Amino acid sequence: MQDESAALLSMQNISKYFPGVRALSKINFSLFPGEIHALMGQYGAGKSTLIKIMTGVYQPDEGDMYFQGQKFHVESPEHAQNMGIATVYQEVNLCPNLTVAENLLLGREPRSFMGIRWKTLLSESQRIIKEKLELDLDPTRPLGSYSIAIQQMVAIARALCVRSTVLILDEPTSSIDETEVERLFSILRKLKQEGLAILFITHFINQVYEISDKITVLRNGEYVGTARTKDLPKINLISMMVGKNPEEIVDTEVHKNVKINEGSQQEILCTSGLGRNGYLKPLDLSLYKGEVLGLAGLLGSGRTETAKLLFAAERAMEGSVYWYGKQVYPQSPSDTISLGMGFCPEDRKTEGLLGDLSVRENIILALQAKRGILNYLQRKNQEEIANRLIAELGIITPGTEQPVKNLSGGNQQKVLLARWLATNPEVLILDEPTRGIDVGAKGEILQRILSLRDTGFAIVFISSELEEVVAISDRVAVFRDKKKVAEIQGDEIAEHTIMQLIAQGE
Amino acid sequence: MRLKLTRFKESNLFWPLCILLVLLVINGFLTRGFFSIQWKDGRLTGILVDILNRSTYIGIIAIGLTLVIATGGIDISVGSVVAISGAIAAFLIGGELVMRGSEQILVTRTPMGIAIFIALVASTLIGMWNGFLVARFRIQPIVATLVLMVAGRGIAQLITNGQIITIYYAPYYFIGNGSILGIPFSLYVLATVLILVTLITRKTALGLFIESIGVNRTASNYSGIKEQRIVFWTYAFCSFCAGISGLLVCSNVKSADGNNAGDMFELDAIFAVIIGGTSLNGGKFRLGGAVLGAIIIQTLTTMIYSIGVPPQVNLVIKSIVVFAVSMIQSEYFQSLFRMERPVSLRRNYYL
Repeated sequence: MQDESAALLSMQNISKYFPGVRALSKINFSLFPGEIHALMGQYGAGKSTLIKIMTGVYQPDEGDMYFQGQKFHVESPEHAQNMGIATVYQEVNLCPNLTVAENLLLGREPRSFMGIRWKTLLSESQRIIKEKLELDLDPTRPLGSYSIAIQQMVAIARALCVRSTVLILDEPTSSIDETEVERLFSILRKLKQEGLAILFITHFINQVYEISDKITVLRNGEYVGTARTKDLPKINLISMMVGKNPEEIVDTEVHKNVKINEGSQQEILCTSGLGRNGYLKPLDLSLYKGEVLGLAGLLGSGRTETAKLLFAAERAMEGSVYWYGKQVYPQSPSDTISLGMGFCPEDRKTEGLLGDLSVRENIILALQAKRGILNYLQRKNQEEIANRLIAELGIITPGTEQPVKNLSGGNQQKVLLARWLATNPEVLILDEPTRGIDVGAKGEILQRILSLRDTGFAIVFISSELEEVVAISDRVAVFRDKKKVAEIQGDEIAEHTIMQLIAQGE
Repeated sequence: MRLKLTRFKESNLFWPLCILLVLLVINGFLTRGFFSIQWKDGRLTGILVDILNRSTYIGIIAIGLTLVIATGGIDISVGSVVAISGAIAAFLIGGELVMRGSEQILVTRTPMGIAIFIALVASTLIGMWNGFLVARFRIQPIVATLVLMVAGRGIAQLITNGQIITIYYAPYYFIGNGSILGIPFSLYVLATVLILVTLITRKTALGLFIESIGVNRTASNYSGIKEQRIVFWTYAFCSFCAGISGLLVCSNVKSADGNNAGDMFELDAIFAVIIGGTSLNGGKFRLGGAVLGAIIIQTLTTMIYSIGVPPQVNLVIKSIVVFAVSMIQSEYFQSLFRMERPVSLRRNYYL
C-alpha cells in the first residue's frame, strides 16, 4: 500500500454509535490525491454514516481524522466545505426553481455595492459550465427544467467551484441513464488528472470496475478491507461485501421458466388508447394473470408514466381501461386499489414512504385505506400483520414502532412491498423496486417477484437495468419517446433486442 | 416508576404542563386569592374557574385547528368565523328590549335552537369553502384562509350592520354564563368536543389518515387515502369549532361585535396547538395538548391583566412569554442544556 503520510484524508479507528445501534466500529480509511476510490458495502454497512462523519454532519464517537497530515475535527458541513471537502449527495440538494447560474454560484454571487452583479454571474457560470462540465446548458433556464442527471452534474460543478481537494459522490449514478453516466465518468477522469481525490459510492459493480482505482469494503459497520481494483476480481469483491467465501456464493442469476402467452391465460387488465396529451401517447396494453410484464426504455421514455396512468395516480385524458373484460373508470388510486392493484413508486421517499410514521403504520396503511375509515383494524391485528410481513420479507428493523425513515433503503423498499402484500392485490406495479439496493437484496427482491408471479399475481416491472428486465420478464413492452414501440415475449427477450428496439428510429 | 417518569418526561405533555405550573405559581405570588375557589349562588367562582371558562373559547378552536395543522395546513380565518357565528346568532335572536310595564318579556326573532343551528351551519359552510380551496385547488392554506380572515370581518359587520347588537333574550345567556352542577356550561362543551374528536380520530382510522396526509400527501394518495375528502372535512370541522366558540363568546358578553369578537383568536389558537406538541409541519397530533395550550394562554392573559400591566404593553409581555415558551420547546434549545452537541439546525444543508 501507499505511504500513509501521503494521504490527503485519513481516518483511524473511527466509531460511531446511535441509540441502540453501533453504526461504525473502528473504521480505517485513507484517500490519496489523484485517485478514484470506491466505497462499497451492502445497505446498512455504514457507508452513509462514514461519509456524514467526513463531511461534518455527524461527529465520530471515537477515533481520529487527519487532513493533509494534520489532525482535525470537522465542526459542520460548512466547515468541511471550507476545508475543501465537497460533497454531492444522492438526492440533488439544489433549488430547482432558481436558474442554473444562480444555483452554481448561490452563496458566493459576485457582488458590488449595488447588489449582485448579474452579468458577471452569468458569464462566470457560463465559464464554469464550459470548463468543468463541457456541456451545452443555458444558464438562464431554471435548473428544474433539466433532467436529474444534468442537475447532478450542476451539483458537482457547484461543489468544485469552491477550491476543493476532495470530492465525495454519494450514489451519483443511481438516477441517471447510461449515456449520462459516461459523461459523468469522463468528467470524473478529468478531475482525477487534476489531482482531485474522489470518493465514489455506488451499487453498480460494473461502474466501480470501470472507473475506480481502489475499493474499500465495509460490512455491518466494520472495516473489511481495501484493495486495488485491478487486483480484486468481482467475485472476491462480492464475497467481501456479503461476508461469504466465493465458493459459497449462490448463483444470484434468477432461474425462471419463461411462459409464453398463448391466449390461455386470463387477462386481468387491458387498456385501449389510454393516454394524455404531452404525457403519454395512446397505449394499448394487456396484463395476464401470473406473468411479469417488463417495461423497458430509457429514462423519460414513458415507463413511469404508464405505471402512473394504470394506477390512476395521474389522470388519463383519453382511452379506456378494462378489468377482467369489464370497462372501469378509476379516478384515483383508491379506486384502482379497491379493484386490486398496488403501486410501488419510483421515488420511494417522496411518493411512497411516510417517514415519520412507524413501520407498522406504513405497512397497514393501504389495507386500512381499502377497508375505509370506520372499519379500523385493531392494534393487535395491525401488529400481527406487520410482524408477519416483517418476518416474511426479512425486513430488518428494531421493531414495529420504529419510524420508517430510520430504516435503510433496502428495508424501506421492503416495507413498501409489504404495504401492498397486506392488501392482497392481483396486480402489482413496481417502478424501479431495485434502485439503490445492494446486490444481495436485489436478487432477493427479484426472486420474490417471481414467486409472487407463480402464485398468480400479475406484475408490471420497471427497471433501468435491462439485465433485470430480461432476467425476470415473461413479456417486455419497449418504450421510446412516451410511446410503446414494441412488445416482445419468450425467446425474443434479450438485452440486445431491446436495445435495438429502443435505438430504432421512426 | 422511574421508567414511567422518564416516559412522561419525554411525552409531549410534559413541557406544556411544566409551563402551566410555572405560570400558576407566579400567579399565586402576584395575585392574592388566586387559588381560592368559592361556592356562590350555586356555582363555583374564583380566578381559576374564570381562567378555565375563558380558555374554552380558544380551546375548542384549537381542537379543530389541531386536525387542520396535522394535515399540514393552517386556518387563519377562525377569528373571523367567531365574529360571524356570533353575529348570525345575535341577528336571528334579535336585539330588542321589549318591556311590558316595568317587566321585560323575552322575545326572539327566531327560536333560539334554530338561531344556533343556523350560526353553526354557516360556520361550517365557511370551513367548507376553505377546504374546497385547499383540497381541490391546492391553494396554499395560509392564502386560502386569508381570504375569509379578511372578508369574514366584513361579512360579520354586514350582518350586525356595523353596530354592536346587544342581546336581551336571557335564555341565550346560559351558553356562555350558565353552569351545571356548579361547573361552567362552556367547560362541558369543551369536554364533549374533546372527547368526541379524540374518540373519532383514535378509534377509527381517521387519526392515522390525517397524520399520514400531514407527513406526505402524495404518498397517502398513492396508498389509497382519499386525501382531498379528508382535508376538506378537517377545514369544515375547524370552522364548525370556531362557530361554537363564537356562540360562547357572544353569549358570555351578551352581544355581538362584528369588528372585535374573536380578534387575534387565530394566533392564540395556533400558539395553543403548537404548545400542545403538534408540529406546524403536520403529522402526529395531540388534541389534549392543544387544550392545555389554550389554558396556558388564558392563564397568561389573566396574569397580564391582574398584575396591572398597562394595556399598551400587554401584547409585548405576551409575546415575551410566547417567545420563552417556544424556546423551551425547541429541540435545539433543549439539547444545549443536555450537554450534548446541539442538533444541527440545518440538517439539509449539504450543498
